[in-house]
Amino acid sequence: MTVAVQFTDVSRVFGEVKAVDRVSIDIQDGEFFSMLGPSGSGKTTCLRLIAGFEQPNAGSIRIHGVEAVGLAPYQRDVNTVFQDYALFPHMNVLDNVAYGLKVKGVGKSERLARAEEALAMVALAGFGGRKPAAMSGGQRQRVALARALVNRPRVLLLDEPLGALDLKLREQMQSELKKLQRQLGITFIFVTHDQSEALSMSDRVAVFNKGRIEQVDTPRNLYMQPATPFVAEFVGTSNVLRDGLALQLSGSDNPFSIRPEHTRLAGSEPLGSDEVEISGLLHDIQYQGASTRYEIRLANGQNFCVSQANNQWQLGDAPVQPGQQVTARWARAAMVSLRREV
Amino acid sequence: MSHSLTAASRLPAEGWLRRAATLLYRKPNLYLSLLLVPPLLWFGAIYLGSLLTLLWQGFYTFDDFTMTVSPELTLANFAALFQPANFDIILRTVGMAVAVSIASGILAFPIAYYMARYTTGKTKAFFYIAVMMPMWASYIVKAYAWTLLLAKGGVAMWFVQVLHLQPLLEFLLGVPGVGGNTLSTSHLGRFLLFIYIWLPFMILPIQASLERLPPSLLQASADLGAHPAQTFWQVILPLSIPGIAAGSIFTFSLTLGDFIVPQLIGPPGYFIGSMVYAQQGAIGNMPMAAAFTLVPIVLIAVYLSIVKRLGAFDAL
Repeated sequence: MTVAVQFTDVSRVFGEVKAVDRVSIDIQDGEFFSMLGPSGSGKTTCLRLIAGFEQPNAGSIRIHGVEAVGLAPYQRDVNTVFQDYALFPHMNVLDNVAYGLKVKGVGKSERLARAEEALAMVALAGFGGRKPAAMSGGQRQRVALARALVNRPRVLLLDEPLGALDLKLREQMQSELKKLQRQLGITFIFVTHDQSEALSMSDRVAVFNKGRIEQVDTPRNLYMQPATPFVAEFVGTSNVLRDGLALQLSGSDNPFSIRPEHTRLAGSEPLGSDEVEISGLLHDIQYQGASTRYEIRLANGQNFCVSQANNQWQLGDAPVQPGQQVTARWARAAMVSLRREV
Repeated sequence: MSHSLTAASRLPAEGWLRRAATLLYRKPNLYLSLLLVPPLLWFGAIYLGSLLTLLWQGFYTFDDFTMTVSPELTLANFAALFQPANFDIILRTVGMAVAVSIASGILAFPIAYYMARYTTGKTKAFFYIAVMMPMWASYIVKAYAWTLLLAKGGVAMWFVQVLHLQPLLEFLLGVPGVGGNTLSTSHLGRFLLFIYIWLPFMILPIQASLERLPPSLLQASADLGAHPAQTFWQVILPLSIPGIAAGSIFTFSLTLGDFIVPQLIGPPGYFIGSMVYAQQGAIGNMPMAAAFTLVPIVLIAVYLSIVKRLGAFDAL
């Protein structure tokens, strides 16, 4: 497998702010790669560095083996789907899609045919005559996608493209994007702050925090084996226990993570030899349909969350009430030891 | 008991002001018409009404012997516009207005682009003030000052001498239709003064239209493979046309109507503005002045419809 995009010790500084701080990544050719992180974590700057809208202050960026530092956006074989779609308002949809071919000097009949083809690929055949302003958000999104794909780039960059869509449309676009990526075999680099979106679509995910990469892994490994407290808490929900509590429960003073769904409220049964438990005051119960979350306040003031599946079909009584002293219990093997925070 | 208490506390002190406010709130159309009718009346009567009255006078008859206007309707005034002497004035004025608009546009665009896309905070404020400050000074004073600048032995001539450009200037002044004896009596000098005076009216609308241009559009263009020049012709220029159109309407119509600059700088010969001034002020031929007034209005209407047909306002 070849490397599509390679970052080596890339830094980008804006004044005092290190937006990207010595980042190194290898993005494989043909993979669906997500950059996940909160806003201001450097993920979008990384994308813009690949597109060429920003130049790094230090480090090397290679796109399919070619050093890209110093190259203008129009000299790179990558295309971008923008967060605000950035469709040209003075052109109709077909001309928007054909734009990349037009500026490269492709003849009129060929470029219009290829633009039609690209529109058909995103299920917008026949919409070419409309102006972008006359289309819905979801349709504009597809036009932006078609416009980027018509150039047949080797790498497609997507900058939070689903952020402006409502939930239903977003889920539909997620599966369509995934399907399109498999079908075309193009490397997709997808920037998002939505961890469930990153997990459900990607082959691999890089988690960004404060300009640095915390972990690069498959969605499954990221969720099951988070490397740092930040990843454990940002990807899904997690209880991260530190210092004295960690030492007492795991035998090591490294922080560890335990997922709420891997814990349960203990009844009267005795503690197993392979189990650990911790007690606290139940202060909130959130009934969520398929599961119920119990928020427990520990002695040190930290919140601890237990999530139990509601897999009994009988109505029954609520087992506990807020204000009670309860005990959360879990298998020792379910705890994931984390890297210490720097 | 408790019911009446809550009602009373909900509606305290039902004064006439409050009742009027409630009435207006309940009847938004009444509210809107109260707000809109006075300014609309003002606008309709003072602006459009007086303009139409003026244009209507263009159909009146002017008696050359008695120098009086009689309300007998005639098309003679409008026909007179096409007499060679009058038509020359129109052509001269329109030619100058077109040249001034094009040159202002070319000069204004880079400044407007820089202001819109590269300046922030204090630099932006500086540019705004620098562009508008010349407009704060009296127009007449500026025009007279330019007669001195362009005069023989003036600053402009001295500058040309220092740069050893006399041959070029003499060549330019020798071109028929452009030149004249000296800078201050040439079309070129008049052209320079017009550009100087109207440039801010071109810069500000273009700047406003460029400011509305999202940066992501330019990035998208580059991302799709367009070189900077292609991005300029395909994206920046088409999307700034509403601003250019607005600016050129200012420069075009202001040049068409101006009567001071043509008197101070340039060769003898009327402009539309100075002709209106002469007809109405000196001769008292209001009908002919009204007929001349129609010319800029018609020209601008034609210009706007052409620009609209070219799709300049589609992106608004």
